[in-house]
Amino acid sequence: MPEIRNFTLNFGPAHPAAHGVLRLILEMDGEVIQRADPHVGLLHRGTEKLAESKPYNQSIGYMDRLDYVSMMCNEHGYVLAIEKMLGIEAPIRAQYIRTMFDEITRILNHLLWIGAHALDVGAMTMFLYAFREREDLMDVYEAVSGARLHATYYRPGGVYRDIPDSMPLHEPSRWTSEADVRRLNANRMGSVLDFIDDFTQRFPAHVDEYETLLTDNRIWKQRLVDIGIVSPERALQLGLTGAMLRGSGVEWDLRKKQPYAMYDQVEFDVPVGKNGDSYDRYLVRMEEMRQSNRIIKQCVDWLRSNPGPVMHEDHKITPPQREEMKGDMESLIHHFKLATEGYCLPEGEAYAAVEHPKGEFACYIVSDGANKPYRLKVRAPGFAHMSAMDELTKGHMLADVVTVIGTMDIVFGEVDR
Amino acid sequence: MSNKMLEDLGAHIENSFPDGVDVSIAFDEVSVEVLSSRYLEVARFLRDDSQCAFDQLSDLCGVDYLTYGLDEWDTDGSSFTRGVKRTFSFETDEESLGSNVDFDGKRFAVVSHLLSVKKNQRIRLKVFCEDNEFPVLDSITHIWNSANWYEREAFDLYGVMFNGHPDLRRILTDYGFIGHPFRKDFPLIGQLEMRYDDEQKRVVYEPVSIEPRILVPRIIRESRHAPVSSGED
Repeated sequence: MPEIRNFTLNFGPAHPAAHGVLRLILEMDGEVIQRADPHVGLLHRGTEKLAESKPYNQSIGYMDRLDYVSMMCNEHGYVLAIEKMLGIEAPIRAQYIRTMFDEITRILNHLLWIGAHALDVGAMTMFLYAFREREDLMDVYEAVSGARLHATYYRPGGVYRDIPDSMPLHEPSRWTSEADVRRLNANRMGSVLDFIDDFTQRFPAHVDEYETLLTDNRIWKQRLVDIGIVSPERALQLGLTGAMLRGSGVEWDLRKKQPYAMYDQVEFDVPVGKNGDSYDRYLVRMEEMRQSNRIIKQCVDWLRSNPGPVMHEDHKITPPQREEMKGDMESLIHHFKLATEGYCLPEGEAYAAVEHPKGEFACYIVSDGANKPYRLKVRAPGFAHMSAMDELTKGHMLADVVTVIGTMDIVFGEVDR
Repeated sequence: MSNKMLEDLGAHIENSFPDGVDVSIAFDEVSVEVLSSRYLEVARFLRDDSQCAFDQLSDLCGVDYLTYGLDEWDTDGSSFTRGVKRTFSFETDEESLGSNVDFDGKRFAVVSHLLSVKKNQRIRLKVFCEDNEFPVLDSITHIWNSANWYEREAFDLYGVMFNGHPDLRRILTDYGFIGHPFRKDFPLIGQLEMRYDDEQKRVVYEPVSIEPRILVPRIIRESRHAPVSSGED
């Protein structure tokens, strides 16, 4: 009788379906996985240690680079922790802007997730469709912050600036004709809010398109249904949050349960799955996109009719207006102190969590009263999800590993930090 | 959560453990500090007690208190000279560290954040390691399974050992990494740099060639201002 034993397979670290740099050591019995040992940390940059050497405001940009597909939600968690310790609250208009951009970010994240997930499982077209809509939202990012990805838009005490009155326009070039430019600019003639409003009008139809492609697709269902099942009890034990938890039927959404920003003022529903498999998590995220769209619409309506400040007026924490700085000595001093030294947080520690597109994103700050954090810990949802990899893939086929990675919505920027 | 609920929760824990447990409330959060000898007992209580019911461990991390409260720029002096002497050295060998920092407290802490989905409440559980040279704690992996990787991370970054952990390996740092990079006596720029050596035809590791520098000094202001009340609402 021939000797039969398990063999070990190395998956990654540069596998296209690994969503970044993940090295998986898979112990296989034939094509069935006995044990999965993820090796993470290939993208470890020491963000938390870096933050210890910088004044608080200089680390906001690092938060963008943690989960680099849901940038502003990361910033929100960090900024909330600082505001909690300073005992300040952003002006109401800034809170609405944050709510709106959190939801724009959620759509951005879910679009990338559905594109990449479908691509891994074998549906190429989704990727192209998803990026079409991402492009518009990225333009919104660019319009308010000047950057398409790493915005650094949220600041302790508010947001960097109010939403601009005009949307940047396309210009004719060697590659885009006059006619193309006219078509591209058709919905950009008004303010940024008009553009977002226009987006919310057409986005539900796009989600319908995605669902037509996938929801009842035979191959899609064969690849997702009953793959990576988690019971609600196990999901809590394993530290799963966000759609990973809701897919298992636990109705837990920080936006509803521990509201921050303006989530207690807007109407939306929290979708919950039933079976806790990859297909349910897919359905939950698709519905989340529709609900985000609803929230964005409500925020646009509110922002249209309620002008006001978007930054806290305490200039010990937030920089004064540039014009004031030119004529007013005190403003100049405030600006100088903020730029050279920053502000000090009171001694103590705080933990602030937000409902990030992937789950619970939180920042834990320990301050000894200095202008830099003594310790900053980023609680990234992906880290906990990744640690459940072994349990989720056990007993599945090799090809299902790709589905499980996809359904966990892993981004290595936040897992490795 | 309202203040009343926080106080009730704090009082409930305090009453259940008359000694070895220190409960405090700050920034609308309840913190529980326990002695390492009672760590497991309290953790189990927090999960199983019906008033606590903390069914999820959101986060666990290490903290190194070696330089807590030290600043790089003395603000007590009357003159505002830029020629400041560093009050803390970046030398990393132990002798120079000992001469710069008179540290005699407990150095390493492990902080976990617990969430109760049932009761919609959070709590912070903090425990200090007794020994600074060889920090050891009991593992809570069997109480909350999500602690597994978090404890590996705390071990990797701070060198805290966890008794009873099923698989205590490094997690974030490179294969063959030496040291625990998030300790306060580990330099920000690291200790080794690597490059490809053309003669030896392989990657070589060498001590770092760049100097550590401070762009903005760490300052602790005594007269911290009380923020004015919120902007407009």
